[in-house]
Amino acid sequence: MASFIQLLISGLATGAIYALIAVGFTLLWQTSQTINFAQGEFVMLPAFFVLAAMNWGAPFWLAALIGIAAALVVLGLLFKLIVVDPMLRYGVLPLVISTIALSLLLKESVKDFYSAQAQAFPPLVPDADVHLFGAVVSTQSLVVLGVAIATVAALHLWLNKTRTGRSMQATAQNPALARILGIPVQRMVLYTFLVNAVLVAIASILISPIYLAKFTNGETLGTAAFIAAIIGGFNQVRGAILGGIILGVLDNLSAAYLSSQYRGAFPLLILIAVILCRPQGLLGRVEERTV
Amino acid sequence: MFRSGLFATLIGTAFGLTTPLHAQSSVYIPAVLELSGAGAVSGTNFRDGMLLAIDEINAKGGILGRKIDAPLLDTQSDAGISRAQVQKVLDNNPYVILGPVFSGSVLVDMALTQQAEIPEIVGGEAAAITQKNDPYVFRTSFGQQFSMPKIANYIRDGVKAKSVAVIWVNNDFGKGGRDTFVKEMAARNIKVVADVSTESGQADFSADVVKINAANADAIFVYLNEEESARFLREAKKQGVKAPLIGETTLLGQKVIDLAQGAAEGVRGHVGLTVDAPIPAVQDFAERFKKRYNYVCDHNGIKGYTAVYIIKHVTEKIGKFDSRLFAQTLHGITITPDDEPGVLMEVTFDANGDLDRQSFLGEVVNGKQKIVEILPKLGK
Repeated sequence: MASFIQLLISGLATGAIYALIAVGFTLLWQTSQTINFAQGEFVMLPAFFVLAAMNWGAPFWLAALIGIAAALVVLGLLFKLIVVDPMLRYGVLPLVISTIALSLLLKESVKDFYSAQAQAFPPLVPDADVHLFGAVVSTQSLVVLGVAIATVAALHLWLNKTRTGRSMQATAQNPALARILGIPVQRMVLYTFLVNAVLVAIASILISPIYLAKFTNGETLGTAAFIAAIIGGFNQVRGAILGGIILGVLDNLSAAYLSSQYRGAFPLLILIAVILCRPQGLLGRVEERTV
Repeated sequence: MFRSGLFATLIGTAFGLTTPLHAQSSVYIPAVLELSGAGAVSGTNFRDGMLLAIDEINAKGGILGRKIDAPLLDTQSDAGISRAQVQKVLDNNPYVILGPVFSGSVLVDMALTQQAEIPEIVGGEAAAITQKNDPYVFRTSFGQQFSMPKIANYIRDGVKAKSVAVIWVNNDFGKGGRDTFVKEMAARNIKVVADVSTESGQADFSADVVKINAANADAIFVYLNEEESARFLREAKKQGVKAPLIGETTLLGQKVIDLAQGAAEGVRGHVGLTVDAPIPAVQDFAERFKKRYNYVCDHNGIKGYTAVYIIKHVTEKIGKFDSRLFAQTLHGITITPDDEPGVLMEVTFDANGDLDRQSFLGEVVNGKQKIVEILPKLGK
């Protein structure tokens, strides 16, 4: 039982990170039909902003704020202006290829300008162990879980309880109608990119103490979050959250109780099952398209 | 027609017109390495060690009066790209090829170099590399069939374990090491009670540590890449693993110790190459490396450095740039630091391209790797 709780909490913490990243996938898709294959690298990069700020002498809390601010500018504003806006008019596929190229650029740039070696990253709280029903859980895992839940809850409240949030939802559901209603659609789309930048920066700061900061981190994270978003439903934020949690927990439990050798196959089996039985995802809605 | 062609060739050869430019004033020794992708740490360490040696040799006039021309080609840590890069350099008639470091890449490249009869000096450690009767492949460090018996002896005689759990990374390096280790355990009647495979780049080791802890082994053998080793050690500490953790170079390196942030304390194992070796020539090399590159070199840096000096020594011994003769001469040779100081430690190559040299038993004490015993060459 203790082992099960240990695996469950660890899986929930990992799943919560996947959920944060997957939410970014769904937000960008809903508002601008952007599938961002550089999303994993977006999570990798802010950790290096933070480390660079610390190298210049900033304390961790200030470096984290600088990291989030830099992510807002580079991964939110500049990404939209330089990559998405010019490419979007040519359809989804050229944009997808552009984001793949961007992911390579980010990865290799970090390797060349910072280091190819993994870097230790300071934790949000001092590392200590908490005993829960016989299981040993690190405070880091609990903080990751707590901050991720709080972030998703804050996002949910913002989207549903504020005028800007509701305008963003309207833009996502029907941009033409939103424009007629006087909603500044372009500004709402920009907000979505900025929200995504904040989400990936938070995910980066949460996960880097565990994953270590390394230029290749985005490969695993991006793939896992993409699968999570499809499993949960690419057009629903709550679907992405569910998909992330399922993936994180399943990864740990399958490795411990089924086979560690085939742990990478289980998420893909679930993905295939979801695509076959419920193509819109577990919580997604069916989208009809005129052809 | 024939006579005029022959005349033209003779005239051209006399004026050095028919040979490529690099063949006139330099010797072409390309390096195919993991400069990007997951293997970039290993590849760049190998590259930096190699370039240090090349600059030293070129500054003293090169090999047999010719400067070393060593262009770098990136495998992107992908076996398929590595094969394409090796094919590309073979088209330019290299003398010797350096790299790659990843065993998986070496295993797909070596058929090409064997066919072209060009020696390839590699960083890969998988046992299979030198078990294919390829007379053109040579190692720069121990193959697993040489290092695992040393670890197995230590687990039997030093730890006195009757059972062992093994955790390994599921790639050519990890699988080769795991298979050789399990065979060595069976030969010593030590039971393998847990056999856990992990993925390259894996971040969460909680499930793996739960499985290993449940096995209750007398010792745990860890055979992962460096960063994964650090993550595993942190998780093992968190879950209170009590059994001694034993490993190879990838578990005891300073980078792993730093990344594990205290969790590597007490870890023990066999180290084939290390800058912490109590050998003045190695420590002097480590100092020069750090001064030039501003980071501490790992074992791959030593591989790259010594590989170039091995080429220099053998070439000067045979007195000409003949790839086939180079390969024949390297088999069975022993090079001492007196013969060639750049090899750092005495090294002997066997008929398969495997090498034998001194190695070390290390332990992590106060955040540093401490060499506790020097193990002699297996052949002594």
